[in-house]
Amino acid sequence: MFEPRDDPGPSFAALLRESHPSAVPISGAQAASLENAGQVRASRLPAELPLRHGTTVAAIRYVDGVVMAGDRRATEGNVIAHRKMEKVFPADRHSAVAIAGVAGPAVEMVKLFQTQLEHYEKVEGVVLSLEGKANQLGQMVREHLPMAMQGLVVVPLYAGYDLRRREGRIFTYDVTGGHFEEADHAATGSGGRDARTTIKLGWRPDLRRDEAIELAVRALYEAADEDAATGGPDVVRGIFPMVAAVTAEGYEEVAQEEVAERFTALVEQRGLGSAQGGGAS
Amino acid sequence: MTMPFYVAPEQVMKDRAEYAQKGIARGRSLVATDYDQGVLIVADNPSRSLHKVSEIYDRIAFAGVGKYNEFDQLRVAGVRHADTKGFAFSREDVDARSLANLYAQFLGQVFTHEMKPLEVEILVAELGAEASPDQLYHVAYEGTITDEEGFAVLGGEAGTISERFAASYETGWVLDRALRAAVSALAGPDRTLGPQDLEVAVLARNNGRRAFRRLASAELSELLAGGKRPGKASRVTGERGARETSARDASQ
Repeated sequence: MFEPRDDPGPSFAALLRESHPSAVPISGAQAASLENAGQVRASRLPAELPLRHGTTVAAIRYVDGVVMAGDRRATEGNVIAHRKMEKVFPADRHSAVAIAGVAGPAVEMVKLFQTQLEHYEKVEGVVLSLEGKANQLGQMVREHLPMAMQGLVVVPLYAGYDLRRREGRIFTYDVTGGHFEEADHAATGSGGRDARTTIKLGWRPDLRRDEAIELAVRALYEAADEDAATGGPDVVRGIFPMVAAVTAEGYEEVAQEEVAERFTALVEQRGLGSAQGGGAS
Repeated sequence: MTMPFYVAPEQVMKDRAEYAQKGIARGRSLVATDYDQGVLIVADNPSRSLHKVSEIYDRIAFAGVGKYNEFDQLRVAGVRHADTKGFAFSREDVDARSLANLYAQFLGQVFTHEMKPLEVEILVAELGAEASPDQLYHVAYEGTITDEEGFAVLGGEAGTISERFAASYETGWVLDRALRAAVSALAGPDRTLGPQDLEVAVLARNNGRRAFRRLASAELSELLAGGKRPGKASRVTGERGARETSARDASQ
């Protein structure tokens, strides 16, 4: 029970700070105090510190909502740290969040964000608007800015189905927590540029679900082709990118078999690396 | 120096208990029961927005009777406790027993130390995991905690409603039968309660991670009328359950 002026309201982060400070993910204030105490060398973390990075993620709007996809590779410098990392998460029933950047704080941020959305829904009895959710995530990224300044950059990508407007919407972020609504598609992370180009060439306003999934899969393939930190399809181990669709019906993860099929089709279409080449087909 | 009047502790407690009971008796009652797919909670509540029954966590629901502002404060405290615990440890570590204990301690504390006891009775229901039974914890205004078997009745007329309900209770019954029995027990011989007078929610095993679901008015009417066409009613709820499962399972 809280006195009215200490009441954290429907904010889970505020509640955590008040009642359970040790569980709060490393925040800006803590980072500053670490630096003051000389525990972390000013301005930048040592380059040899083994940090896991997650890489390329993309979101594409289609007729029923949005498709979100991410590769599965995590790197520590030039080492592949993880082959099956998940970078696309359900934020709540009608939205998804994908992460690029330093894996540890990014996953922690997603967990806090998921809890925050559910917490708000339960305390207030209503679901936040999509705009409100995007804004919440922006605040979390902003709180993380001091850590980003030390090299622990986290950049999420947020997409969801807006039940009021009845359409899919995509939001991108920068390290300052600024969020920008994208018209039709977005990609971020180290291979983001290549993914973006591929999507830009293949995007149409009337994309259907399977076409949108195929476009996302192709974008990740092209990104992996150019970017060492982005994982391509791993046929040997049977690891394929993670793809999720968010529609009026809710968040739904696309089965790995379906993604595998799209890849097989893509490889056949490209004639196993023959002269056809190039991003567009 | 003025001396305060001496009042025997027995008398103080008796007065407080009487005060709380009176407050609770002014409100309407609710019934919670297990059924084949989980736990059903039926409240006599004509309001669509001021809820008596709510979600606390994945498999835990809360229900309160008495003064709305007081039990709603307890509900929010429960959500906070559960979410914090689930975040700091793991989602599996959040359980109804510890939450009910917390409520019992708080209510007991207020009852003995504050001027005015809380005029509420609350229920914490938990859907049992695989093979373990569902739990219904009934916490009274003075902090007494009871682990109810099969069903629980809260509110001023709990005694009579409980008698009526016990007469029709069966273990492992289906949703529409349980619902009709709960509604007729709440209504008694002189009243009839329609979907507009009821707030109904379930903790259902087929609902995915978040088991809590409110039954909307249309679904409620269908279930209440279910005696005439049980086939249709069960088919409709089945479909709905399955569709929501895919969406909720996903939001792990």
